Amino acid sequence: MTSLPWLTVLMVIPLLGAIVLMLLPRDRDVLPKQVALGFSLLTLVLTVVMGLQFQADSTAPFQFVESYPWIPALGISYAVGVDGIGLVLVALSATLVPVVILAGWNDVAPGGRSIKGYFALILVLETLMIGVFSATDVFLFFVLFEVMLIPIYFLIGRYGGADRRYAAVKFLVYSLVGGLLMLAALIGLYVVSAQQLGQGTFDFAALVGLDVDPNTQKILFLGFFIAFAIKAPLWPFHTWLPDAAKESTPATAVLLIGVLDKVGTFGMIRYLLPIFPAASDFYAPLVVALAVIGILYGALVAFGQKDMKRLFAYSSMSHFGFIALGIFVFTSWGMTGSTLYMLAHGLSTASLFLTAGFLMMRAGGSSLISTYSGVNKVAPVLAGFFLFAALSSLALPGLASFIGEFLVLLGTFARNITVGVIAALGIVITAAYALKLYQKVATGPTSPAVEGMTDLRGREITALAPIVFLTILLGVLPAGVLNVVNPAVERTLEVVGISDPPPVIPPIVQGGEQ
Amino acid sequence: MNPEVMTAPSIDYIALLPYIIVGAAGVIGVIVEAFVGRNGRRPIQLVLAFGSLIGAFGVLVVNRTTLGLQAEGAIAIDGPGILFMGLILLLAILVALLMSERQLDPAGDAFAPRASALPGSDDERELTTRGYFQTEIWPLFLFSVFGMMLFVTASNLLVLFIALEIMSLPLYLMAGMSRRRRLLSQEAALKYFILGAFSSAFLLFGIALLYGYSGSVEFSVIADALAAEPGQTALVVGGVALLSVGLLFKIGAVPFHAWVPDVYQGSPAPVTAFMAAAVKVTAFGALLRVMYVALGGVRWEWEPLLWIIAGLTMLFGSVVAIAQTDMKRMIAYSSIAQAGFILIGVSTATAEGLYASIFYLVAYGFTTIGIFAIIAMVRDAGGEMTRLDQWAGLGKRSPLVAVSFGIFMFALASFPLTSGFIAKFLVFESALAVDNLGLVIVGVIASVMAAFFYIRVVVIMFFREPVEGSPAAAVPSATTTLALAVSAAVTVILGVLPEPVINLIEQAGVFLR
Repeated sequence: MTSLPWLTVLMVIPLLGAIVLMLLPRDRDVLPKQVALGFSLLTLVLTVVMGLQFQADSTAPFQFVESYPWIPALGISYAVGVDGIGLVLVALSATLVPVVILAGWNDVAPGGRSIKGYFALILVLETLMIGVFSATDVFLFFVLFEVMLIPIYFLIGRYGGADRRYAAVKFLVYSLVGGLLMLAALIGLYVVSAQQLGQGTFDFAALVGLDVDPNTQKILFLGFFIAFAIKAPLWPFHTWLPDAAKESTPATAVLLIGVLDKVGTFGMIRYLLPIFPAASDFYAPLVVALAVIGILYGALVAFGQKDMKRLFAYSSMSHFGFIALGIFVFTSWGMTGSTLYMLAHGLSTASLFLTAGFLMMRAGGSSLISTYSGVNKVAPVLAGFFLFAALSSLALPGLASFIGEFLVLLGTFARNITVGVIAALGIVITAAYALKLYQKVATGPTSPAVEGMTDLRGREITALAPIVFLTILLGVLPAGVLNVVNPAVERTLEVVGISDPPPVIPPIVQGGEQ
Repeated sequence: MNPEVMTAPSIDYIALLPYIIVGAAGVIGVIVEAFVGRNGRRPIQLVLAFGSLIGAFGVLVVNRTTLGLQAEGAIAIDGPGILFMGLILLLAILVALLMSERQLDPAGDAFAPRASALPGSDDERELTTRGYFQTEIWPLFLFSVFGMMLFVTASNLLVLFIALEIMSLPLYLMAGMSRRRRLLSQEAALKYFILGAFSSAFLLFGIALLYGYSGSVEFSVIADALAAEPGQTALVVGGVALLSVGLLFKIGAVPFHAWVPDVYQGSPAPVTAFMAAAVKVTAFGALLRVMYVALGGVRWEWEPLLWIIAGLTMLFGSVVAIAQTDMKRMIAYSSIAQAGFILIGVSTATAEGLYASIFYLVAYGFTTIGIFAIIAMVRDAGGEMTRLDQWAGLGKRSPLVAVSFGIFMFALASFPLTSGFIAKFLVFESALAVDNLGLVIVGVIASVMAAFFYIRVVVIMFFREPVEGSPAAAVPSATTTLALAVSAAVTVILGVLPEPVINLIEQAGVFLR
């Protein structure tokens, strides 16, 4: 069983699903959705089976490793494998896809744009997401990183809101700028490897072993960093996100912000720190500053938003600030917290966008906050899920985001108290806008748009239930994930060469374990 | 004169067979035009064209190990030379497939029934209503291909010049043969001819100066002279500069690009495909040979020149393409930008740069043919619909065609898993290997700008609703379909599995001298 190429299988199944979808007859409206759901659930089951075989205490850096030469002339191979961090994010992708398929069941009206095309794009995206988190060849990572843009581009541009064309092009151009800078840096790295090893390579382990001259590191670091900072938008590379989020369908937004943007922060942990340790150290103050600005700026701008989806986008930007902060304070608490926060943020984004999506669909698609008032009188279950989403976003203790945010702040305080205090301010603002949003939308007199609104249906509750369950589970019992993530974090910090008191599972976590 | 008896040059006819096949087919084509009845010409011309191109390619493959200087050192049949000739022949076969299309235009093929008839005259109308076709374009086409093959293997400045003219003169005529929008087509032909004649004059002047310096027109002798006396004389500087101008004109590099948009727009789509793909490949082949072989000794002279021209070409082409509203003009400016990217590889003056340039040309050539195949298909009763806004909603009306065009656009925007990505990767890598970070940064900036307008086409095709009067792509005959399928397949395969082609190019080695 262990010889099964798990990761390849996980990538092939959704792709197969997409191909099957495209072969279905054009006039079927429900069948494509069922097929898509089936394939995504199969992927999820296999991911769980694979995850159970993951050995957290293994000394190998990557598990479920596969490697085949792809373009040997350029030292490129198809090489995949996951460490704890990768595994967690693969699992996140595999979980969110069936959820968004179920939640986005009626995103595409029959008779309009192709229904099967929508779900096929989502499945293709799943293949690419799993691939990008498990690539151990930097070239393969880059290819998937770039190709991922195309399904999202079509998901926004074909199925999005009124200004979708503008948003899709803006998203793609921003991403391409990052991608091309990264390409240049990647080629630079390849040239360095060719000079040092005789034959150029993209193998992750070999690149980590390189002794890159610090000045070269500083240049190459920037190429990768800007690409990642655009992806996981850090201030000031964020302006594409609110537009993209606003014009996307909720399902697309969940995949975009919940998973795809994590590729940026994942890339920082996986590639920036180990391959460019000296440059990471050199640029750390800058990145920390950008992260802190992002936390406050995102939270403040979110506070002032009139549009729900834009509010979520800015709020995510603020949370990405936390994730980047945790990575670049170089403590094991911080990095573990960041990884956990990536997971938690994926979940909280899903609950926010999906509940808001259900709400908006019932009121003709308006995402203006002022349209809604008094939802809890008309649709109490919907309002309840909305409250849960808001609380999960503001990191209520007992929910997943809290553990992540707490660990990041703990790690930050250990390194620099001032930064920690400023970052903690972000939490206060987050609480303010999240609660204000709930108050405006759910309480008060019922607004005309809300009047007569139906409550959540079975399908919608089924889509949200696993997210809620996982959010609470991770908030109460994070140890399982922490055990998987910690070795990978330690290994990364070891490579970076920054010492830190050995990682202790913080008291709050042990408390949760009882 | 030398009092001794002149010995006849030794010619290895077997080694030169590919040239002979194509050239002879052109000559026979002319005779056919003169002696065969109107209805019998087309089948014979088609057999001649396809037969000679495929035959020449076959002989080339069989002969691929017979390398060496031929015809007293005037022609160098070496690894890169064979690669270039093979590529030119393959592209020419695809172009011939496009040229033989007769289903798209309700009136027949893409070419004027008689190019000499005045546009809009009764004469022309009569020819059209009678359903006349002209087939003179086929021998012209074969002569041009013959010139191209000679151009990329010329190892002697005079042969280079002659080859350039053999290649160009038929092209000037072909540019003016469009059946639709005749005035635009004739303007294109005239513009191409006048500017082309100027550039030929520059080239010839450069040849004269280099001859004055070295006393020979042979590449190897010039290279030896430059090695022996590295001092820069005005003759060398002037010669290199003028020679470069002549070659850069054919490439369409800035600031010698002014003809490109007008000529691309006015010529019939198959001819534009021929110019954009095959002529570009040929001109780069010759430029590489001249720079690497004859002028390799003064590379510090031309390297900075090429850096500047490469940078300008990339930036100018990309910026101006953004402002275009006509598909053919946009592709014209895009081809200018692409030439800039290839020049990055040329300017490195390393074997890696040579390989990267060749790979880029292979990728670019096939993609370009595919693009023009589709441009010829998107049309209404008045001819090709080249305004960008007329392409709105093509994705809905002709999904397959739009997806193919999307693939080509993504390839030109150098997206991963397309040939354009590997090509750009190799070119940037060759530049970074010689520490030319500046040029790569300019390349990245230009790539971003270029990506913008390539993506805009995708937006128009897929994200806009079809407007009134924007038709679906016409259904082409099997020949265009075949050319399109081949270009799309090559574009994808070179992006996913480039290994065999990269190996082929690297095994071909470097230029002989």
